[in-house]
Amino acid sequence: MDLYEYQAKELFARHGISVPPGQVAATPQEARTIATELKAPVVIKAQVKTGGRGKAGGVRLAPGPSAAEDEARRILGMDIKGHTAHTVLVEKATGGFEEYYAAYLVDRAERTLLAMVSSEGGMDIEEVAATKPEALVRIPIDAASGVDLETARLLASRAGLPEDVQDAVAATLVRLWEVLVEEDALMVEVNPLACTSDRRVLALDGKITLDDNAAFRHDLAAFADGSDDGGLEARARAKHLNYVKLEGQVGVIGNGAGLVMSTLDVVAYAGERFDGVRPANFLDIGGGASAQVMADGLEIILSDPDVRAVLVNVFGGITACDAVANGIVTALEVLGEQGARCPIVVRLDGNNAELGREILSDAGHPMVRVVTTMDGAAELVAELAAV
Amino acid sequence: MAIFLTKDSKVLIQGMTGAEGTRHTARMLAAGTDIVAGVTPGKGGQAVDFAERRVPVFGSVAEAMAETGADVSVVFVPPRFARGAVEEAVDAEIPLCVVITEGVPVHDTLRFWARAQATGRTRIIGPNCPGLISPGQASAGIIPADITSAGRIGLVSKSGTLTYQLMYELRDIGFSTAVGIGGDPVIGTTHIDALQAFQDDPGTDAIVMIGEIGGDAEERAAAYIEQHVTKPVVAYVAGFTAPEGKTMGHAGAIVSGSAGTAQAKKEALEKVGVRVGKTPSETARLMRDTVQTR
Repeated sequence: MDLYEYQAKELFARHGISVPPGQVAATPQEARTIATELKAPVVIKAQVKTGGRGKAGGVRLAPGPSAAEDEARRILGMDIKGHTAHTVLVEKATGGFEEYYAAYLVDRAERTLLAMVSSEGGMDIEEVAATKPEALVRIPIDAASGVDLETARLLASRAGLPEDVQDAVAATLVRLWEVLVEEDALMVEVNPLACTSDRRVLALDGKITLDDNAAFRHDLAAFADGSDDGGLEARARAKHLNYVKLEGQVGVIGNGAGLVMSTLDVVAYAGERFDGVRPANFLDIGGGASAQVMADGLEIILSDPDVRAVLVNVFGGITACDAVANGIVTALEVLGEQGARCPIVVRLDGNNAELGREILSDAGHPMVRVVTTMDGAAELVAELAAV
Repeated sequence: MAIFLTKDSKVLIQGMTGAEGTRHTARMLAAGTDIVAGVTPGKGGQAVDFAERRVPVFGSVAEAMAETGADVSVVFVPPRFARGAVEEAVDAEIPLCVVITEGVPVHDTLRFWARAQATGRTRIIGPNCPGLISPGQASAGIIPADITSAGRIGLVSKSGTLTYQLMYELRDIGFSTAVGIGGDPVIGTTHIDALQAFQDDPGTDAIVMIGEIGGDAEERAAAYIEQHVTKPVVAYVAGFTAPEGKTMGHAGAIVSGSAGTAQAKKEALEKVGVRVGKTPSETARLMRDTVQTR
């Protein structure tokens, strides 16, 4: 789960990393009130989970409360790369500073953690890595030993930071490591990490990606965000379904993440011959594929007004196909009229596949079509959705 | 022949007394696996009766290994206990630890991985994986044994159900070993480890490799194949239609910016002469052609 900047800064502050004073606002009036309380020039920053805010006009300086209100009015509702700014962060403007870069992230390939520190902050770090690689130090960090003050000092000096700020930056790097480990983050990034003329170090921007798998030992509800996924994903989450909304017309249900990803691809290929229809969603109902889960899944998919046909693609392994077929029949009974809204192509393969297909044929649901191969099923569902 | 798991493997199950553990232990026994022990802290001295045999329960991995000679552990414990369970197996220096548990926090995986590297005694497969099976010999995990047969194809995959699909489509030719390495961002055994083992295995003639979006494991595997693998490799990559920035089911299946796309993986593999199927069925056909023209 990616956090908004203001949420990242809350976590930074909780771990003793300095951030500029400020608060999040959802209306221009709130922005004005916050600016009034801060009694200083403020920066108004669009809260969106994407980069390039500055270039898009989503970060503006406001000398006082009324300018803060005006700028907030302009930014709120702004679309930045497909992300709508529902809130702005209003924070005290920081003057005259040098910009550094600090991040920790999971290095998947090396199966370790990686520290990245640079004296060239404020810009896209991939650009720094490409144009000025010597300005970016990358050091693997052993998960067991972590970053202590000594390691942090080494990072700061290798990155070529001015000597008189190395201690202050090192202290921040140790706290940032605490954020990474104690909050179960997959990535923490501070860009820019600012050093003011009086040699104070503070995080002017922040990105954090938390590990959803660690939700059992954290309170992630505070970071929940239903504002940016149009409702269907939130509804699916409430039913513990693994669902991702896409922009297409063919609803897809399958068991196993890999098989469902593969099904989306095969539907898209078939769609190239039928009006360019595309998969409408990713939905993995897991190995069990019980009647209830099948009904919940179909219910979500058929609630998507873009869906014109559905493909159910199940491989019967531990749960054999006859059980899956019975689940589909029961699910369609539960759904009633909704289940008859559009054609449903079913492809069953694996254990007891023939028995499963027989069960579906015998049930005789008017909208269900049974196809034996994945490629054939994709072809048929694309054709049905193209009409 | 096979890799990592054979008929001689003696398997213990961490979390055997839990519902999932019991259910899958029964299936593994039915597949012919020599399951010699269960491990559940606090339940040492008990035993669980299965159709094939009575399996004793020990309080620790070390004790179970000492008493039974177990050399493979399969971990079925819930996510919050996974790190402790794997570290216990690593400390007991078990040669192979297969972590089925889904939902293990990445920091926990990094910690037990680092520990296994430090001792250098334990191969870890997973987490969040279906395990591995050497058909006709043994199964360590949840891969259904009755969808395929023994043969001379090796398979390594990030995805469980795609593994089953390919095993089923090629059931008449059969498999030496199929290894599900799991869909998490950080995993123990990689495509490369399995490719290396299959290359060295006299019982394997050809290799199916299944990948998906996220990370650069497939690109690295391609580089490895070019240098070290002389047996034919056929590949499949899932996730061409996945949008950027969305996690597709598996925690590790995410395209970040321009990194981790299916297209890049396919191109990397084709560049080194690996035939990449457009669909699972086409992949099975490519493997069938490969085996039959040899």
